[in-house]
Amino acid sequence: MAVRDEPLRRGFPIEPRVGAGLAALAAIAVLIGGAFAGMIGEAARDWSGAVSAFDGYMMRVARFTLWQAALSTLLSVVPALFVARALARHPRFFGRAAILRLFGVPLALPALVAALGVLALYGRAGYFAEPLGWLHGGRWPGIYGLSGILVAHVFFNLPLATRLFLHALETIPADQWRLAAQLGMNGRATFRLLEWPVLRASLSGVAALVFMLCITSFTIVLLLGGGPRATTLEVAIYQALRFDFDPARAIALIGLQLALVTAAIFLITRLGADAAADRGLPVAPARPALAGPLERVLNAVLILAALAFVAGPMAAIVTAGLEADLARLAADPAVHAATATSLVLAVLAAILSVSLAYAMVSARGVLAQAGRRGRPSLLERAMGEWAAFVLVIPPIVIGAGWFVLLRQTGQLFALAPVMVVTVNAVMAVPFAIRAIRPAHDAAAARHDRLAASLGMSGMSRWRLVDWPVLRRPLLTALAFAMALSLGDLGVIALFGSDAVQTLPYLLLQRMGAYRTADAAGLALFLGILCLLLMSLADTRPTARR
Amino acid sequence: MSDDNSPRGAAIELDDVSFGFDGARMHFDLAVAAGTVVAIMGASGSGKTTLLNLIAGFEKPEAGRVLIGGRDVTDWPPSARPVSMVFQENNLFAHLDVAANVGLGRSPSLRLSEKDRTDVSAALEHVGLGGKERRLPGELSGGERQRVALARVLLRRRPVLLLDEPFASLGPGLRREMLSLLADLQARLGMTVLMVTHHPEDARALAGHVAFLSGGRIEAFGEADRFFSDTGPQGFRNYIEG
Repeated sequence: MAVRDEPLRRGFPIEPRVGAGLAALAAIAVLIGGAFAGMIGEAARDWSGAVSAFDGYMMRVARFTLWQAALSTLLSVVPALFVARALARHPRFFGRAAILRLFGVPLALPALVAALGVLALYGRAGYFAEPLGWLHGGRWPGIYGLSGILVAHVFFNLPLATRLFLHALETIPADQWRLAAQLGMNGRATFRLLEWPVLRASLSGVAALVFMLCITSFTIVLLLGGGPRATTLEVAIYQALRFDFDPARAIALIGLQLALVTAAIFLITRLGADAAADRGLPVAPARPALAGPLERVLNAVLILAALAFVAGPMAAIVTAGLEADLARLAADPAVHAATATSLVLAVLAAILSVSLAYAMVSARGVLAQAGRRGRPSLLERAMGEWAAFVLVIPPIVIGAGWFVLLRQTGQLFALAPVMVVTVNAVMAVPFAIRAIRPAHDAAAARHDRLAASLGMSGMSRWRLVDWPVLRRPLLTALAFAMALSLGDLGVIALFGSDAVQTLPYLLLQRMGAYRTADAAGLALFLGILCLLLMSLADTRPTARR
Repeated sequence: MSDDNSPRGAAIELDDVSFGFDGARMHFDLAVAAGTVVAIMGASGSGKTTLLNLIAGFEKPEAGRVLIGGRDVTDWPPSARPVSMVFQENNLFAHLDVAANVGLGRSPSLRLSEKDRTDVSAALEHVGLGGKERRLPGELSGGERQRVALARVLLRRRPVLLLDEPFASLGPGLRREMLSLLADLQARLGMTVLMVTHHPEDARALAGHVAFLSGGRIEAFGEADRFFSDTGPQGFRNYIEG
C-alpha cells in the first residue's frame, strides 16, 4: 500500500523534509565555503605576502582586540552581577518591568545607532562635554579610542548580562526564599548560600558570551576607535580591503581573527554557554522581600546608576535626532533610496533566513524521530547545534572572503545586494532557529502521533496543525532577521558604493562628511525601525491552554 | 458486557515481536480474541506503552509480525491500521474547536459533508457534550477533553481501541464516570480494547482479561477474575500488593 509522509519508517529513501534541510545546509556551506575558498586561493597564490603581513602592527592590533574585549567583559559582567542581584531582591516596585524592558533595548538597537548615541552624549561636542571638560580640567577631548569602545560595549552588554543573571537568580525556588526568611538569614548569608551558587554557575557562560560579542565587534570600533592605537582585527580587515587594497594582509588578519574566534568558541562550549543570548524577559516569582533599610538604599542607587548609564545614550539618540532637520531629511531623495534599498534587502534576507531555518528545523525533527534510539546522527547535529555556530563567524570575515574571491570579476559592487542579503540571512539563521525550534519540536511531540493516527499528512497537516502553531514563531523570526539585517553595517561597509546604499551606509557617509545632524536624524529613524521590528518579534502569544 | 466476541471487533496478534531502544530489550507474544477488553498492567518501564505503540504502528518491530483481524499490518503506517488510540493527554489540537477535533476522525483534511457534521454532533451528544461543538479544548475540563477523544473514537468506528492511561489525570469519581462511558461505547461497537492502567479497579470494572508485563515481556495473560483471585500469578500479586 502507498506509504506517504511516514517519518517512522526505517530505510526510507529521502524524505522531502530532510531533502529541504539538506539543501539549506548546502546553501550555507556554499556561502561559508566560498569565503574560505577566496581566502585560501589568494593565500596559495601569494603566501609570502600573507606571511610577511604578520608584523608588529598586526600583533598590536591582535593584542588590542583581546585587551578591549577583556576589559569590556570585566566592566559589563561584574557590575551586572550586583545590578541583577539588586533587581532580584526587589521583585516588585514601580517601574521594574519598564527597567527590564529598557534593558532589552540595546540588544535590539543596531550598533551603529548605539555608537552615535554614545557620541552624542560623551563626544567632543556631546551633551556632557561641558561638565566632563570641567572634570577633565580643560577642553573635553571626546571619548574616541579605548574609552569610547568600552563605554559602548558596556552599554550593550551590561543590560544583557544583567538580564541573564536575573534569569539565573529567578531559577531559585520560591520555597528556598521562604526558608531563608524563616531561618532569619541576613543579606550576606542569602547571597552566599542562595544567590552566589546560581550566579557562579552562569557567570562563566555569560562572561564568555560577552567576550565573544566584544572580540567580533566591528561597527563600534569603526566609529569609536581611533587610529592604529585603537583598532581591532575586524576593522583592520575592512581597512586592508577598502583603503589599502592589500588582500594578503587582509587574509593574514582574517586568519588571526578566526583563530581568536575559534579559541573563544572553544571556551564558550567548554563553559556551557548559550551561543545565542536568551532574549526572554524574566518574570518575578512570588518571594518575600528580604532587604533591610540600608540595603534598600544601596540597591536603589545601584539600579538607578545602571538605568542612567543605559538610558543616557538612548535619550541622546532621541534628542539629537529630533534636533536634526527632519523635514529636509524626509524630503531627501538619497534617504528615500537608502530606505527603500534597506527595506527590500532586509525583507529578502529575512525570508531567506527563515526559509533556511525552517527547512533545517523540520529536517532535524524528522531525523531525530527516525534515529531516536541511537546517538544523534552527524546530519542531525549539523542541523541542530552546529547551525548555531554560524553566528560566531563574523559577517565581515565572510564578506571579506567573497570580496577577495570576486574582486577580479569587476562586478564587486554590483554584487553588493546579493552579498548583503545572503550574509545577513545566514547570520540571522541561528536566531531564527531559536525562535522556531521550540514551538516546532513541542508541537511535533504533542501532535505527531495523533496526526499520524488520524492519517493527516501533506498540505492538510500543514494547514490544520503546523501553520496555526508555527505562525507566531515564524513571524517572530522574520521580524528579528529583518531588524538584524536592517541595522547591519558589516557587509555593506565592504560592498557598499554610491550605487547601492543602505540606511546604515548612508549614515556612515554623512558622518564621514561631518554632517552630524543628518547622521543623528537617520540614527533615530533607523533605531525606531529596528525597535518596532524587535518589539513585533518579542510579543508573545496570549497564553491559552 | 465485554467478552461477547462481537464480529465488529478485530483479533490482535503479536507474533514473536522483538523491539529495543536505549538498551532495553522487549519481546512480545500475544493473541487477543476479537471483542475482548484487556487491561495492560505492570510497573513503569515494563513496556506497556511500547506494546500499544507497536500495535498502533508508532513503532516498528525489529523482528516478528503484528496482525490485526488476521492481516499482517507490520509495515502499515499508523493511519492505515484499523486502530483508534487515546493518549493520556494531547488527544486534541488546542487551536481547533471541539467539532473540528472530532471531525478529524472522519476526514484528516477536515473536509466534512453535512452528514459528517450531523454525525459529529451526534457523537458529542452521546458522550454528554452536546452543544459544545464550538468550544476550544482549553475551555474544557480534563474529563471533558477525554470525552471529546472518545467521541472521535465513536466516529471513526475502528475495530481496535488502544488507550494509554486515558484517565490517569482524572479524579476517582470522574474516572468511574469515564469507565462507564467507555464500557457503554464498547458494548455498542464491540471493538477490541487494550487499556494501559495502573488502577486494579479499572481492570476489575471494565476488563475481561488482564495482561501483566514485566521487564519487556508479557509475564501473564488471562481472565481478570483469575488474576484477582488468590490463585492469580505471583508477580502480578506482588505488583498489586506492593
